[in-house]
Formats: sequence, structure tokens, C-alpha cells
Amino acid sequence: MLSALDKLILEQVADIHDVPQGAYNIRRNGEGAGRNTTVNIDIATKKDRQGINITVKPHTKNESVHIPVILTAEGLTDIVYNTFEIGEGADVLIVAGCGIHNTGSGKSQHDGVHEFFVRRGARVRYIEKHYGQGDGTGQKVLNPKTIIHAEPDSTVELELVQIRGVDSTRRDTVINLEDKAKLIVTERLLTDGVQQAFSSIAIDMKGKDCSAQIISRSVAQGGSKQDFVFDLIGRNACRGHIQCDAIIMDNAVVISTPRISAYHEYAQLVHEAAIGRLESQQLLKLESLGLSPKEAEDTILKGFLR
Amino acid sequence: MLELNDISLTIGGNPILKNISLQLDLGKIYVITGPNGSGKSSLARVIMGIDTPDKGTVVLDGQDITNLDITRRARLGIGYAFQHPPRFKGIKVSDLLKLSVGEGSRKVWDLLYSVGLCSRDYLERDVDATLSGGEIKRIEIATVLARNLKVAVFDEPEAGIDLWSFQKLAETFKQMHERLSTTIIIISHQERILELADEIMLINNGGIRRNVACGDIYKPGVRANCECSENCGKVEVKDAQCIG
Repeated sequence: MLSALDKLILEQVADIHDVPQGAYNIRRNGEGAGRNTTVNIDIATKKDRQGINITVKPHTKNESVHIPVILTAEGLTDIVYNTFEIGEGADVLIVAGCGIHNTGSGKSQHDGVHEFFVRRGARVRYIEKHYGQGDGTGQKVLNPKTIIHAEPDSTVELELVQIRGVDSTRRDTVINLEDKAKLIVTERLLTDGVQQAFSSIAIDMKGKDCSAQIISRSVAQGGSKQDFVFDLIGRNACRGHIQCDAIIMDNAVVISTPRISAYHEYAQLVHEAAIGRLESQQLLKLESLGLSPKEAEDTILKGFLR
Repeated sequence: MLELNDISLTIGGNPILKNISLQLDLGKIYVITGPNGSGKSSLARVIMGIDTPDKGTVVLDGQDITNLDITRRARLGIGYAFQHPPRFKGIKVSDLLKLSVGEGSRKVWDLLYSVGLCSRDYLERDVDATLSGGEIKRIEIATVLARNLKVAVFDEPEAGIDLWSFQKLAETFKQMHERLSTTIIIISHQERILELADEIMLINNGGIRRNVACGDIYKPGVRANCECSENCGKVEVKDAQCIG
């Protein structure tokens, strides 16, 4: 049974109010708290270590998998290794995410290692949301690692979101693209107080005519620190584009380190990065519509991180 | 009624507006014209509360609003279409219009139509760099048209807008004038806009001249002293320049 607190966290990290439809695996405080499989999507517990194997049959269409993680126990460090096998020609939505509720003084931490095998012609949309709450002094720590192997003609869309309440995060994303594979990554991050976030996205574009687009938007408030590393490698005729925008406020620090490396004459790689404060003209415009300065700021940030 | 009483504004040590006094009546269109840098936009920004005058007062319907910030002036019914509207990453055209319209007002698609844009093509687009200068300008105007205002200020609404859309825009101002009791202030150099005016005002060298006839505004081949900082004394022939 899910508690009211569990349901609240599920809503934050997976946009669901109760157990989801279709295939799901809910992990709570290091243990399974519910699972469902379908004819086309199997979820099995790993035998050698913590984690699950998710297998989507070839040509599965319009199905989804929810695999949220809930941490409400103080002082718990939970590590999982999940493997996703997305069959040839399948088209699925995977909603992951982790929510931590920590009211104590001990650290709560979840490290998730996700490895995807996206087979030929498959399409996967992967949403991963991180959220922390609780007024304790214990740290809320989330460290995801995502490794993706995208076979020819496959499409991978990643939506990586961390909006509130996580004290420390280290996100490592490594993606290999084969011929005509297509990748779209959107990353949204907000830090406040003394929170720290590190995000590294490395894309190896091995395949001919593969493409990658990374859109990273972040807001750093208070005395928080964000550190981004982008590494785009073109080893064939391919197109890659990184767009990294950050709004910096108060005494925050934002560091963005781009690297684009071309090993082929027809590799087209672009990196755009901008860090700046809120534009005064934007604030003035919204205030001229009757919004208070605070409402105007919130509206701009909400839109920016949408 | 909007009153400006003895308004002076200095920016960076340069006097921009000098002792300007105006009374602007309800339901009239006022067009303010004048050379570049003469203080037209500054006057508009003083009305909206973006710039604070060194001296003088701004009074709306008998209430001194000189010390009110932009938000409070907006809530009292003053609107301003920026000359260079900002762009917003992640905010859709429909979001911006809904913020403008508020509850129970006109529907957003009507607003886009009134500035010559098709709602089907634009409502779901972000107000960002993917829109052209002319498109963003028309959306900016729509955000002001959206509101039930006592005073609506449009700062060079024609800038960047193509001829066809401009005709539509002029018609929209005309309809707004006929339908609403809003005081409309348009900063413009365009003859078509000047023709809409109940009164044309000319700003030059920080001062203002009222009740200027449309035909007196532009005269080609006017000779004028160069106004460079070195006071070189050269005489320039200013083609099609304001002679105010």
C-alpha cells in the first residue's frame, strides 16, 4: 500500500497520483513496493545485484513503463542497476525518477545506473525527474548514471529534470549513436541555497548520418553551484548541436565546459552556451502587464525551465 | 485624464525632457513624433513608470502616480508596447497573451488576428528568437490591445512591420479609437499613423510642441546646423527630417 506521502512523491517525480497504468515497478526505501508487467513489457529482478531488467518486445507501440523510486527513510543509501532492452521497432515511454523525503539529520542517497539498449528502428522517450523535500538537516543526494546504446535508425529522447530540493547531484550521461540514430536531450535544472549539481553529457557519434541535439537550461539561485561538462564527438558524417543556457542569480556559481571534437570531414558540431542574469527588459514587460516583480521573475523562470 | 506636470528627465547627465506639461484626454489618439533621440521613448517610459523623472508629476484621473511602480500603474490601467520587445525562452505566445488578457476578457486568437497574425500558426510558438522582429513586434502590440486600459502607449509600433501588416495595424488602432474610451499615445514617424491622430505632438531638444499640423512635420531639404559635440558649425541638408 502506498502512503499519502508516497503518493505525493510519485506525483512529483512521475506525474501520477497512484499506481500507474501499464507496466511499472515502484521501489521504496530500497525494496520493491509494487510491480506490474504486460504482454509486451517484462520486468524482472536482477539476480546478481540490486536492480531490474526491463524488456520491451520488438514492435511494441504506445506503451509505457513507470519505474519511480521513493526514499522516505533517513540515512539510507540505495543503489540500483537497471537494464533496458528496447526491442526493434518498438515505441515506448519510460518514466523514471526519484523523490526523497528526508526530515532527519542523516543523509538519504539514491544512485541509479541505467543502461539502455535501443535496438534498430526503436523509439524511446525517457523522462527522469528528481525531487527532494523534508525540512531535516540530512542531505538529499541523487546520483544517476545513464548509458545508452542507440542502434541504427533508432530515436532516443531524454528529458532530465531536477527542479527542487536535491542537495547534491552528480549526473553522468554517456550515449553512443550508430548510423542514422537520432538523439534529443533536454535537461532542466534548478538549484538554490547551498545545493550542488554536476552534469556531464558525453555523446559519441559513431554512426553515419546520426544526429544529436542537447538543450540544457538551468537556474542557479542562492549560493548554489552548477557544473556542466558537454562532450560531443563526431566520428562520422553527423550533426550535433549543444545549446546550454543558464540564468544565474544571487551568489550562485555556474560553470559550463564545452568540448566538441570532430574526427570526420563531414561532422558538423555546434556548441552554444550562455550564462546571464534575468533580463531587466523581460521583467519590465511582465510588470507592465500587472505582474509584481516576484510574479514576473517566477513566470520567467518557470517558462525557462519548462 | 492623464496629466504630466512640469516633467524633466536627465539620463547620464544629459537633459532628455525639459519641463514638459501635457493634459491628455480620454478616448483620443495622440501621436508623438520627433527626431531620433529627442526624448519620445523617454516620455513614454515616464508615463509607464519605467523611468523616474527628476522633477514633475504624473497624474491619472486625479491620482498622483509619480511614485507608483510599473506594476501598480499597470493595474491602474496603463499599458505600454515596447519599442524593442523582449523575447522569452519557454514562454509561449498564448501564455503571454493570457497574462495580458487576465480573466474573462477577449480571447487570445482574436488578438492575434487584430495584429495580422494567424492564431493557428502562432499560439503554440515560443516568444523567442525563432520569431522575426516583425512578428514579435505584432505580438507585443497584441499584449497591450488585450487589456482594458485607460492609457495605452505604443512605442514605434510600425518598426519592423511589413507594409500589409502595417495597414492592418493602422486599422486596428482606428477601431480601438472608435470602440474604446482609451487614451491612445503612439510614438511614430509614419504618415499613416500621423493621419490617425486627434492631435500630433512634436518633441525636439527635450521640449514639446502641441497641435502640430501633419503637413508641417516633414519637409525635405531642410537646412540645419550640425549638432555634433564638437560644435563644428557645418550646415547639413536634412532630407525628410522633422523640422521641430
